Amino acid sequence: MTRSALVAVVAATLLLGGCATTKRGGVDDPFEPFNRTMYAINEPLDKYFAKPIAEAYVGIVPSFIRTAVNNYVNNIDDLFSAVNGLLQGKWDKAGNDMGRVIINTGFGFGGLIDIASDGGIPRGMEDFGQTFGHWGFPQGPFLFVPLWGPTTVRDGTGELLRLVWSPTNEIPNVAVRNTVYGFAAVNARAQALDATSLLEQASIDPYTFVRRSYLQRREYLVHDGNPPPLKDDD
Amino acid sequence: MLMLRILHRGALALCLAAFAAVAAAQTAPDVLVKNVSQEVLGIIKADPKVQAGDQARIREVVETKLLPYFDFERITALAMGRNWRQATPEQQKLLVEQFRTLLVRTYSGALAQYRNQTMEYKPLRGDPAATDLIVRTEVVRPGQAPVQIDYSMAKAGNEWKAYDVIVGGVSLVTNYRDEFNEQIRAGGIDTLIKSLTAKNQGGK
Repeated sequence: MTRSALVAVVAATLLLGGCATTKRGGVDDPFEPFNRTMYAINEPLDKYFAKPIAEAYVGIVPSFIRTAVNNYVNNIDDLFSAVNGLLQGKWDKAGNDMGRVIINTGFGFGGLIDIASDGGIPRGMEDFGQTFGHWGFPQGPFLFVPLWGPTTVRDGTGELLRLVWSPTNEIPNVAVRNTVYGFAAVNARAQALDATSLLEQASIDPYTFVRRSYLQRREYLVHDGNPPPLKDDD
Repeated sequence: MLMLRILHRGALALCLAAFAAVAAAQTAPDVLVKNVSQEVLGIIKADPKVQAGDQARIREVVETKLLPYFDFERITALAMGRNWRQATPEQQKLLVEQFRTLLVRTYSGALAQYRNQTMEYKPLRGDPAATDLIVRTEVVRPGQAPVQIDYSMAKAGNEWKAYDVIVGGVSLVTNYRDEFNEQIRAGGIDTLIKSLTAKNQGGK
């Protein structure tokens, strides 16, 4: 499938997703049985595959290289954050992100060194899902994707756009490009190594816990830290 | 992976939530949060048993230093939502007990993972005479995005106590409300009590 076709498909899904709503206590999860299956599949995949790789990565790869990988990924996130800041009219954030990308790309070896953070320029942390939310798109159905995690039709669409348009895709050498993909993926899991055991300890039903955490977190981000209060029913 | 990043934040949050409890008679709520969290952080950093990962000692710190500043009955009632009024006094008592135990275990586990973080305290906003407000803090970790941790606090008599912790926008009470609702929908309040009890007895 060509890239523009994929974008068209995700856009259509987004529109459809916005219509299908069966809510219970503010949670829109019509595919819950399917999602729970995916959640169950994810557990061994994570335990025996993703997590051991991430642990090996942290154990073997020197920390300055891991920092560089994380900075590289963050730099691309900052680029998209700048775009999404602009799309939402958040000029200050967009300006900061633009500045960060220029400084880190230009003087930080293509984003491997995060000079801008040392200089105190904050990250905007905007993304496509937040832009859709800002312009009134509802989250749509909740989805759980193995090895990716919780998302929704709206946010997942944004995440796909982020992947499809990533500058990493433009690296001409296939081996180099795939290596970068691999490092980025392992980095993402490594960033979260402390988290999961705690989740198990905290909850009776981790799926429900993950779902509500995700939805709350996204609502909070869409409203820049001031989400409307939840209703007190259930 | 996005999820993992979020969970990571959530986990840290839960853990740091523990640090910033609150209250003592007639002290302003933001000052209480600061005092209590600084005291607990101090112990966590200095106590050799805590440093060695002694779970019993960590739980003792949580029980004695933090718990007095949380209103567990209110936390449980809020997490129960409308089901709270359906519960008998006996069930309510068991729910508070079991939920309290679960939160202590979680906090203790989180505290054991604490390293290299500092807390910043934000000025109180709104009416100084209010009896219900939010104390805002931020946890700063080297090389990572800061995490907002807010405490919903209410004044009962002379004492301020926390009744919700909101970590990076994720409210503890709201999270548990979903879980509790599912359990109650599946089998009533006794099922929820059984699940909580089983969880607390289930090792780990």
